[in-house]
Amino acid sequence: MATVKSLDDLKRIREEALKKQQLKETSGKTEVIVGMGTVGIAAGARETLKAIMDMIESENLSDIIIRQTGNIGLDSFEPIVQVVLPGEEKVTYGKVNPEMARQIIKEHIVGGKIIVEYQIKG
Amino acid sequence: MRELALHILDIAENSISAGADQIRISIIENNHDDLLSITIEDNGKGMDAEILHSITDPFVTSRTTRQVGLGIPFFKAAAEACEGIFQIESEVGAGTKVEAVFKHSHIDRMPIGDISSTLQTLIIGTPEINWVFEYIVDQNRFAFDDHPIKETLDGVPLSEPTVMKFIREMIAEGIQDVRQKVSSAI
Repeated sequence: MATVKSLDDLKRIREEALKKQQLKETSGKTEVIVGMGTVGIAAGARETLKAIMDMIESENLSDIIIRQTGNIGLDSFEPIVQVVLPGEEKVTYGKVNPEMARQIIKEHIVGGKIIVEYQIKG
Repeated sequence: MRELALHILDIAENSISAGADQIRISIIENNHDDLLSITIEDNGKGMDAEILHSITDPFVTSRTTRQVGLGIPFFKAAAEACEGIFQIESEVGAGTKVEAVFKHSHIDRMPIGDISSTLQTLIIGTPEINWVFEYIVDQNRFAFDDHPIKETLDGVPLSEPTVMKFIREMIAEGIQDVRQKVSSAI
């Protein structure tokens, strides 16, 4: 029998998340955006986004906003991942597979260093 | 696309683009009648009769970034390849309903695939939309509505790792539960 998830569990999760937030400085939030148009989906964008979500969950990374968006307009570079660190310019990565996505989280979002080889330069 | 769950994701993206703030996804497996039906229903801007008539044509899209829209024709072809039916109803200002019915046992029917990942993508990636999901296998039903979750969270983002875990497990367990009950009944 599976454990039933209750909203009381979620209330506890919320309290803990709030406590953690109060300890942090208000430095703004990092944003990760994955293009989820037809071409992106066919190229594996869902698996790329899933890898990002799993990594954020397993590494317990707070204060990251995850967004999926429709067609970004760069079909031949799908799956596309965009990263916006607080106060910095948007960085666009192309042909991002799950392994590359995990690397982007580790090096760019956590480490603050852009992975130039994966970047699409416009 | 290799999974029906990817088609669902793609069709739901249309609903998001249509400005919907509530999107309902329903998957019904009926082994008795050998049917699998998938419905995606939104309250977005809808389409007029002319667009609706031409929407299944691969050369029609309301998007402007690229001229060819393939999502709906792909899904329609997938249903029709396995003795299925594809329907789309829409009303300007009221919303759109897309329904695909498949012969469940048809050899060309794609697997449902990773429905948990599709839902997680939609729920976490577009938190401004109220997602309602229903999965029925014969007599068993799993219903999910993210509204009470968001109400309980009261401003804490869905992308918090502990919240994502909660939602991921809730969906995975719900789906597994519906399937387990069925297999143990056989």
